[in-house]
Formats: sequence, structure tokens, C-alpha cells
Amino acid sequence: MTESLRVTVDRQDGFAIVYTEGYINNQGGEEIARVAYQLIDEGRKILLLNLNGTKIVNSIGISILIEIIEKMIEIDGKLGFCSLTPTIAKTFEIMGLSQYAQIFPDETLAIAGLRPSA
Amino acid sequence: MTGNAVLREVTLTLPMLPDMEVAASKTATAMAEYMQMTPDRIDEVRMAVIEACINAFEHSHAPDRKVYMTFEVLGKVEPELLRISVRDTGIGFVAGGVEKPRIASKLKAENKRGWGLEIIQGLMDSVEIDSSAGGGTTVVMSKRRSAGADSREAGELRR
Repeated sequence: MTESLRVTVDRQDGFAIVYTEGYINNQGGEEIARVAYQLIDEGRKILLLNLNGTKIVNSIGISILIEIIEKMIEIDGKLGFCSLTPTIAKTFEIMGLSQYAQIFPDETLAIAGLRPSA
Repeated sequence: MTGNAVLREVTLTLPMLPDMEVAASKTATAMAEYMQMTPDRIDEVRMAVIEACINAFEHSHAPDRKVYMTFEVLGKVEPELLRISVRDTGIGFVAGGVEKPRIASKLKAENKRGWGLEIIQGLMDSVEIDSSAGGGTTVVMSKRRSAGADSREAGELRR
């Protein structure tokens, strides 16, 4: 029994949206990190993780998300999350992730909040 | 504890294998649904169960590589409280000796893990840990059927 995570990317002008579908455990977290670091290597400094397709996470997976946050701070970039279930949002709050990454209710608000002003 | 009864009980023995925590979370979901918990509270129970299992898998070093779980629905007549016990036969730990994780220090640290207990305590209504060196660990966590339930009643239902 292996719960896998599917990750897709939408590259937009100046930023990228990473969509997840499935369980964010250690393998899932590593897959998100792999994609995020690839986007950073491409020169993108603004990333949005849309977790609409993820209903379940664990602390190992979230620890890997913290590594991505650390990387974004290092490159002076921005990381946002959107479309979290109430429990995932509460878990992020318990862990204090909202102090270092912006959390938005939906993608439209996230894009408006993260996109660099012209 | 007067007049309260175990209305439904399920026991589960999990091998410490990848993703077995998801199997435990499905049992927790079934019990919480039976109690007619709200979907958000069910999700919170599910997440706490996942974290409790992962803690046992990762840190217990239990020689039998198993986790023993009991899910109990308690109440006088109607289901009022879900109590979940997660036990291992591992090396145990000093509960007060676990440092509270802080995001600011985790960001700079090599080891970014160690959030399990913090998450469980944040998501459940009550959490009790019984652990001793070499004597294994039992985590008992409870959640009331609804947030508005009388907390005194829930207190009576605790061990």
C-alpha cells in the first residue's frame, strides 16, 4: 500500500504554480522539493503551492516543505500556499509556517498577493 | 467516571511498514464518522493518528516492529468522546525531555523534524503520554464529538 503524490507545474510569467494531488509524506515532500528546486534553478523566485488536491499530509512531508521555505528565504524569494484543507491550515498554524510563507484561501488571491507589482 | 460506557471498540495491530499510518487513519475516520463528528474534526483526528503512528514507527525501536492501537467511542447513551490509544513496546522516552520545536530554529537547523507531538497536542482535545526508558510508550488522545460538548463531561471520560 503506497500512497503516491502527483505534482504538476504551471509556469507563468515571473512565477510558477505547483499543484499537488495526494498524500504529502516523505516521498511526496521530496517530489515537491525536487520540482521546486528545478524551478528555482530556472530562475523563478516566486512559487505558489496549490494543495487543493491534497487532503492528507504528515510532519515528515511538512519538514521538507520547511526546507523549501529556507531555500526561498536564502534566495530572497517568495513561497505561498493556497487551497489548504482547514486541518492542513491548522497544522501549518501550529507549526508556525505562516510566519515565513504566505497562506491564501484560493489561487486567485494567492496570485494577486504574490505576483510582483508592475 | 459515572455511567459512561464504551459504546464501540476496535483494536488494531499495525506492522511498522511504509504508509501503514494511513490504514490506522482510515479506522479513526470510520469511528469518528460513526460518532457523527464534523468533517473538520474527523480530519483532525486522522492527522493526529498519522502523527502518533509515525512517531512510533520512527522513534520507538520496538523489537516486534508493531504498533498496538485501540479506538474507543465513549458516552452515556450517545457517542460523546473518541479515545485512541497508540502503544509500542520500544525504548520509551522522557516526555518532559522533548524540546518544543520552534519554526525559527528549525529553519536554521539540519534536522527540521520533531513536530509530531506538537501537532497531536494542537489537534486533539486531550493527550496523555505514558513512557519510560525500556518500557515502551503509550499515547492516549481524545476528541469530543463536537467542539461545543461539555468539557467537564469529556474530562470525566478521561482515564
